[in-house]
Amino acid sequence: MRDASIPVRQAGWKWLFKMAWRDSKASGGRLVLFVASIILGIAAVVSIQSFSKNLEENIALQSKALMGADFIIDSNQLPNEKVLAIIDSLGGADGRSVEFGSMAVFPKTSATKLVGVRGIEGGYPFYGELETEPVTAAKVYQESGGALVDATLMLQYGLHQGDSVKLGNAVFPIVGTLISAPGTSALGASVAPPVIIPYDAVEHTGLIQVGSRISYDYFFVAEPDQDLEELDRVIDPQLDVENADLDTHIDTAAQLGKSYDNFGKFLNLIAFIALLLGCVGVASSVQIYIKEKLRSVAVLKCIGASRKQTFLIYLIQIAGMGLLGGIIGVLGGLLLQQSFPLLLQGFLPFEVQISLVPSALWSGLVLGILVSVLFALLPLTYTWFVSPLQVLRVEENESQKSRKAQFWVAMGIVLFVFLFSFWLLGSALYALYFVGSILAIFALLGGVAIFFMKSIKKYFPVSWGFTARQSLLNLYRPNNQTTILILSIGVGAFLISTLYFTKDILLAQLSLETSQDTPNLILLDVQSDEKGAAAESITASGLPVLNNIPIITMRMHQIKERPVREIILDSTSTINQWILFHEFRVTYRDSLVASERTIEGSWPLERKDNGIVPISLSDNVAADAQVKLGDTLVFNVQGVLMETKVAHLREVDWARLQVNFSILFPSGVLEEAPQFHVLTTNAPNPIISAELQQKLVRQFPTVSIIDLRQVLTVIEDILGKIAWVINFMAFFSILTGIIVLVGSVRTSKFQRIKENVLLRTLGAKSKQILRIATLEYFYLGLLGGGIGILLSLLGSFLLARFVFEVSFVPSAIPFLVVLPGILFLVVFIGLLNSKMVLQSPPLHVLRKEGI
Amino acid sequence: MSKILNVDQLGKTYASGSKQLQVLDDISFSIQTGETFAIVGPSGSGKTTLLGLCAGLDYPDTGTVELCGTDLGHLNEDARARLRNEKVGFIFQNFQLLPTLTALENVVVPLELQGAKNPAKIGRELLGKVGLENRMHHYPSQLSGGEQQRVALARAFSNNPSILFADEPTGNLDQDTGDRVVQLLFDLNKEAGTTLVIVSHDLELAQKCQRLLRLRGGKIVADELLIES
Repeated sequence: MRDASIPVRQAGWKWLFKMAWRDSKASGGRLVLFVASIILGIAAVVSIQSFSKNLEENIALQSKALMGADFIIDSNQLPNEKVLAIIDSLGGADGRSVEFGSMAVFPKTSATKLVGVRGIEGGYPFYGELETEPVTAAKVYQESGGALVDATLMLQYGLHQGDSVKLGNAVFPIVGTLISAPGTSALGASVAPPVIIPYDAVEHTGLIQVGSRISYDYFFVAEPDQDLEELDRVIDPQLDVENADLDTHIDTAAQLGKSYDNFGKFLNLIAFIALLLGCVGVASSVQIYIKEKLRSVAVLKCIGASRKQTFLIYLIQIAGMGLLGGIIGVLGGLLLQQSFPLLLQGFLPFEVQISLVPSALWSGLVLGILVSVLFALLPLTYTWFVSPLQVLRVEENESQKSRKAQFWVAMGIVLFVFLFSFWLLGSALYALYFVGSILAIFALLGGVAIFFMKSIKKYFPVSWGFTARQSLLNLYRPNNQTTILILSIGVGAFLISTLYFTKDILLAQLSLETSQDTPNLILLDVQSDEKGAAAESITASGLPVLNNIPIITMRMHQIKERPVREIILDSTSTINQWILFHEFRVTYRDSLVASERTIEGSWPLERKDNGIVPISLSDNVAADAQVKLGDTLVFNVQGVLMETKVAHLREVDWARLQVNFSILFPSGVLEEAPQFHVLTTNAPNPIISAELQQKLVRQFPTVSIIDLRQVLTVIEDILGKIAWVINFMAFFSILTGIIVLVGSVRTSKFQRIKENVLLRTLGAKSKQILRIATLEYFYLGLLGGGIGILLSLLGSFLLARFVFEVSFVPSAIPFLVVLPGILFLVVFIGLLNSKMVLQSPPLHVLRKEGI
Repeated sequence: MSKILNVDQLGKTYASGSKQLQVLDDISFSIQTGETFAIVGPSGSGKTTLLGLCAGLDYPDTGTVELCGTDLGHLNEDARARLRNEKVGFIFQNFQLLPTLTALENVVVPLELQGAKNPAKIGRELLGKVGLENRMHHYPSQLSGGEQQRVALARAFSNNPSILFADEPTGNLDQDTGDRVVQLLFDLNKEAGTTLVIVSHDLELAQKCQRLLRLRGGKIVADELLIES
């Protein structure tokens, strides 16, 4: 159609902004909740983005301080001549340390504890510092031959400066509390808290013996122009062959950054879910808002405004609200960012300096506008297609064109969610999984809502009483909020329950069996000549010796007739590197234990006529070494080469807190090899356990004891900390869910008021109206919350079954606490909004609401 | 005098359930510039549908409408909106003011759409003419029905229209207020020399016009000349 000779209208952008402003002045209040859901989502995203960036920057900035040197050469055995020659060629180490686990005795209370002993020589750390109390202790301990003891340990055992700590045969005065030291991980420090002593003093302890697990570190300060990456490239392969390693501060920081990056990505996803939930709120409030505006749009079209103009007026308004939400959200995000170091205390190995991250701020603002506009587009398309004829008569029929436009908008939304997830996760596949899961959850919840409404319609319980019927009718009334409420409640419930269930799965993996036959105290590094006496000590305490496991250390020398040294130098080899350098701790026995299951081959292993020794490998070692049944392996057993053949493959449940082995030999082969032993027992309670530990450490200073009960407590504590952070982020999703809920209830308020006023006018009592509302919100809460929790149960079951491969016993908390909590919240918010209708006479309500 | 509105063989049907309902059937008439014209008939006779078609708010199934010399059938929706903005004024039974705009803002919207200079001055003058100089900054919800209809009158005349369509202008008002609004409507119309088309079932109001078109069952049953121009 042509435009005939009508002059071009001149009202431009200025007028559109003016109209948007005028309209929002009078009705912007209705979009407060819409802005609130944007604020929460953006605050969550900005805070996590900023903090992740801070973490990344801090790791890079503090990489030297985290390591305490520019680079380190480390080895799990006393360095051989070649390694020492390499160290000399680099100008000699500037400092060195030796580190091992041992039992510490605190003579003051006779208490014992597994600690990480670290003997330090030279000016280490060269970057960062040993943070001690008093500050001078960091220097004094070297001269005075004293010990620095971990702050938490000092607190737990009531120790003070001046008390002493016994390590092996030596007693050290405690000269200060160790608050932090470079290279100490929070997790490691929780299991074996650090105790630092001078390097030379290590010898006096007598703790370094055959089989001891010791780490030797040599610290270097680089020349200012030294290329560390080149050094790593050249020296590291030479060291690898000698079972040593070179780590620069750069790659250590990169590794550390990567592990925190994964955690950050996970938190980012939770923040994104909060934002998505906010988007549901946006779409919901804007839909009702625009429906109320359609008459005005028709009037504007009638008096001469074009489709584009009317569309743009409301688009500008929504974008403005999104910008406002974005600005407040960014400010909120900045505040939250300040709290993260506090939240993650004890989880990070260093202090994080908080700084502004401009990219996160900008992305928050852009995101605020983008999600507002994108999710508002769906209802906004109505303005484009509304006919000016509506000023004369109301037409409700949705045109084909409008449905087509909405389809494309929906596609745009899915694309946005995908692109944003891709940006967060850095993997198209993961982003696709995420979008797929979100769509599935939304579709399932939406589907349930629609199915529920259709079912009520079809099988309406006509015999029910008036209030029960009316409350059901409300669920599928025109402009009902059933789908949106079930979606928001369901997603919130899904998130909270999944958090609980996932925690259950993680803990189930680490669960400690409580039967008397299950070891909970493990004695490591028991020498052959101590074995009998140690076992006697245990039995003398009235406890059983559950296991007496011999351990022999060995390395792989030849794999499938190919020398390991040759494989190391072969750049095309795909054999996993750790296999080539690892010192295996091997045992011999003729039976399998509960954590093992035969996959292939025959058990027990039978050696025929002193021929090749048959061995059993765990499936992961076989896969990494690329060997199968029948392949030969030659081991270097402390200087003696031993040819073996893979005769049996096992699956090992490594998650079980017990002594597991990757390589098993048959009896009658290794008995004469130098070995040490692991003894296990079951102490029925912590007091008996502590008494036995004290007794054993007094008798056998070099023996280390792992108290599995304590380890489990530590792991639970760490999981608790992580769960707390996740819960904190999930709180945003839940809060957004509540806002969406309040918004949905409020936007349908006018509809409800009309109906309730009509009911009251016809003689309904307040009690009846209250009951109708209570029942309606109860159905919504039960359906949304129940489906959300059931979906989460299904998801968690699949996760447990196929990913973690553990049996899943769900926690009852989601059913006993989360569901009733949600029900209460939904009914409470719903009734709060109906309060005005219940308390006022009909005419008053009609006037106040301008109906 | 030239024709400002020419309606030729107009027909319109609506779907009513599974049936087609013929709302207007073969309607033809024309209105001269400056004429006052009333369309009357009982409920369901097609009056409002006819008004909607004449003002380009709806599309006919058959026939043509020529408004201000332009065949509406050749215009897309935006071009029709532009034509209404330039040449047409409206008054509705339920006032149809924009609830989020003040009285003055409502009046100036058509002028602002044209990009007119100093629309507020014109708006204030018009509100003064309808006796609402003290209510300019009130929102529609703060005005009585009569006041709202007077704001609608000021808005209808703000773009100095060639033709003004009024759909039951007194339908929502009491007798006295209705009379005062009608008086104002005719006074402003006389002053501006605008063509006035009133749709009403109120014969008393219709008889104030120069011509009267009677509709029944979607057909013209009479086209009466009441007062010589």
